[in-house]
Amino acid sequence: MAGSGTAQLRGDDLLLRVEHLVVEFGKGPRRVRAVSDVSFDVAAGETLGLVGESGCGKSTTGRAVALVHPPDQGSVRFAGTDLTTLNQRDLRQARTKVQMVFQDPISSLNPRRRVLDSVMEPLSIWGIGSNEERKAKARQTLESVGINPSDASSQRPIEFSGGQCQRISIARALMLEPSLLICDEPVSALDVSVQAQILNLLDDLKRERGLTMVFIAHDLAVVKNVSDRVAVMYLGKLCEVAPPDTLYRHPAHPYTAALLASIPEPDPSAATNGRAPLSGELPSPTDPPSGCRFRTRCPYAQEKCAIEEPEMRALGPDHFVACHFPLARPMVSTEAPAVAEPVGASPFSNA
Amino acid sequence: MSPRRRRPHLVFPDASELEEPLLDVQDLRTYFHTARGVVKANDGVSFTLNRGKTLGVVGESGSGKTVLTRSIMGLLPNIQLERSGSVRFAGHELTSLTAHQLRDVWGTQMAVIFQDPMTALNPVVRVDRQLTESLRIRLGLDRRAAHDTAIALLGSVGIPAPEQRMRNYPHELSGGMRQRVMIAIALACGPKLVLADEPTTGLDVTLQAQILDLLASLQRERSMGMILVTHDLGVVANRADDIAVMYAGRIVEQAPTKDLFSHTRMPYTEALLRSIPRLADPSHTRLRAIPGRPPDLASLPDGCPFAPRCPYAQDRCLTDDPPPRTAGAGHLFRCWFPVGSPEGEDALARNVAAGVPAALAFTGALAGAAISVTTVSVTATAVVTGSLAPDASLVPPAVPLVVPPVVPPVVSPGPAEGANGDATAGES
Ligand SMILES: Nc1ncnc2c1ncn2[C@@H]1O[C@H](COP(=O)(O)OP(=O)(O)OP(=O)(O)O)[C@@H](O)[C@H]1O
Ligand SMILES: Nc1ncnc2c1ncn2[C@@H]1O[C@H](COP(=O)(O)OP(=O)(O)OP(=O)(O)O)[C@@H](O)[C@H]1O
Ligand code: SF4
Ligand code: SF4
Ligand SMILES: [Mg+2]
Ligand SMILES: [Mg+2]
Repeated sequence: MAGSGTAQLRGDDLLLRVEHLVVEFGKGPRRVRAVSDVSFDVAAGETLGLVGESGCGKSTTGRAVALVHPPDQGSVRFAGTDLTTLNQRDLRQARTKVQMVFQDPISSLNPRRRVLDSVMEPLSIWGIGSNEERKAKARQTLESVGINPSDASSQRPIEFSGGQCQRISIARALMLEPSLLICDEPVSALDVSVQAQILNLLDDLKRERGLTMVFIAHDLAVVKNVSDRVAVMYLGKLCEVAPPDTLYRHPAHPYTAALLASIPEPDPSAATNGRAPLSGELPSPTDPPSGCRFRTRCPYAQEKCAIEEPEMRALGPDHFVACHFPLARPMVSTEAPAVAEPVGASPFSNA
Repeated sequence: MSPRRRRPHLVFPDASELEEPLLDVQDLRTYFHTARGVVKANDGVSFTLNRGKTLGVVGESGSGKTVLTRSIMGLLPNIQLERSGSVRFAGHELTSLTAHQLRDVWGTQMAVIFQDPMTALNPVVRVDRQLTESLRIRLGLDRRAAHDTAIALLGSVGIPAPEQRMRNYPHELSGGMRQRVMIAIALACGPKLVLADEPTTGLDVTLQAQILDLLASLQRERSMGMILVTHDLGVVANRADDIAVMYAGRIVEQAPTKDLFSHTRMPYTEALLRSIPRLADPSHTRLRAIPGRPPDLASLPDGCPFAPRCPYAQDRCLTDDPPPRTAGAGHLFRCWFPVGSPEGEDALARNVAAGVPAALAFTGALAGAAISVTTVSVTATAVVTGSLAPDASLVPPAVPLVVPPVVPPVVSPGPAEGANGDATAGES
């Protein structure tokens, strides 16, 4: 299967292990396979960054892992248990350990409730603690994300800024002390000046609480900053998995290289500026290209790419790619993030 | 609307014959009188733009970028609006034109590209008619000629099989395709100036690069002036000749692009640059967050509007509004304690020593204890009302009005010594 395979999986004992995940929407000819045989794992305390273009299936993957929208096929092993096999009651219990944070912080909070009540809600739903204990815990959690608890007890979401609302929804997600936090574009709707506050906060929380995270975003620079490992996704499949510094220095998948080349760096002298961008657009997921799904936009596509789907394979220690003709590492390591030269001239290099 | 060509009421010289700048905006003020008070969305904005050049306008949400483009065009509702200052475009003072005369300017002389093509395009009208209508009305082309021109335009913005696309409704096109149609419509009548308001915000990076490249090549071909509005400094870093940084309704720093990055003067610009995660930085590099948020434009503080968040702020900044100052050719900024000046360095050092939260967050001194820094709304306001420096006598008296442009900056905003100051060798 193209862009499939499980070479990127490490041990059986990791906190999260997702195998052959498939999620479909719709019926008949309009059926969309939004996630098509995706496998990855995340070790305890690690942050996995999931990056790719709009519509490639990042959110769907995140929701499937949190069992918010259960997958059609595949397994989600969390702390040794396959969540997809659990009955309703056990699943409900397991879900408290997996929480999600969404892109739009304001609409994910109830506009009519006072913020403190919204934050306490998960404990109320689960009947954990007395009202006083819940309140105390909510105040303490709000404090830990930099929100003044007394503001929270009197004010509603509208009275807080976007960045503050995102802190509040993070606090809410932390109330049940999850071990896995799935953050779906948590900073995409925020101004750059506020984005840094939230990214630093997530990093602190991860360290202080030993949180494990799946961090979904379309901005590679953001993903690089927060992740220990990055998975690049294209049209429902994984292309490449590697630690961020490896991925950025030596992208092996042509799609990863193209994504890197498209990033507008806030520096007129940056190496990525001026590279030719990727042409064309994401094909329709209802009718994905045969073989390698990236082939319609890939500057290196060969005949084989239309016939045979590339499988994920190891390129080096902890570097995996699903491509028949991965980009070679340059002989001499030049500047990063260098786009490795394939055989022949790279269409992404400075022209 | 009648397809008959209206007689032009205004005469515009050929852009190449222009002696003066294509666009000259002086002290533009755009205030909205609202129930909450007077919203000073543009508060004394001045700049000039020559033909064929691009000015990048960068700022956070709510800093007044969209109001600026609309105010330049005269495209704002007249109710509760107070507008003053001058907008000279191709020899005409736009602020004194009637609505009728402005219609000769819109589209043919000046065009706008919006962020969201779905709201700007008419959803129930085919691409075909959206394009040909303005060609027929504004340029007086007949049906056949308008149709041919429209197809050529769609081709020129990189739409494959343009004849077929002409029959589509906007919702039948992808996001990138819709943005291309928007650009085709904006450029249909050959404007001399394009106002692109976040033309790629919300698009994927790959599409964004395509659209920005397209705009740049069309602009070069047609020698158009362009104002490129964005919240992303990366978007303009390589595409604008000059950059204007907006904060709270004003341009707080403006410079030729290279100069802005290499000789940043304004603490706000520097803080913005340092808060952005950079590809060249190793992962888990601590970001230098800017505490707090921009001020409410309906109740601006006295003094410098950035003071509550500024790592350099001194007592003086709370009371005295910094006037525009120059730092070399075409470089303007508004600050009492500029980045890279001795007084700026002193101010920052004093704030770090005094434990001013904004200064600590900026220098990263509080790494690992971000929480106390980020309890922003509370801490920052408390600081503003009190004294910023522990010892007011340390605050220097007046600052010279012109900063020598050669002072090396305290912190180079370049990627090598970038955001964290400990970049790995060979990474730049
Ligand atoms: N509820 C749904 N019903 C039908 N199709 C859906 C649904 N949710 C997602 N899809 C489709 O699945 C594909 C993947 O969508 P998804 O939202 O996971 O992408 P994404 O990578 O998160 O994109 P973005 O960056 O825009 O958030 C898309 O083609 C989308 O149209
Ligand atoms: N018609 C209006 N009446 C009252 N206030 C207005 C009006 N239009 C804009 N404003 C206010 O003017 C300020 C500047 O708005 P503007 O839309 O120009 O910001 P912007 O920089 O374009 O932000 P964004 O990046 O979010 O698009 C905001 O505070 C906004 O609420
Ligand atoms: S070279 Fe072939 S397999 Fe590799 S990304 Fe391109 S099309 Fe896919
Ligand atoms: S140093 Fe003072 S004048 Fe300069 S930006 Fe900071 S607060 Fe404003
Ligand atoms: Mg999504
Ligand atoms: Mg705007």
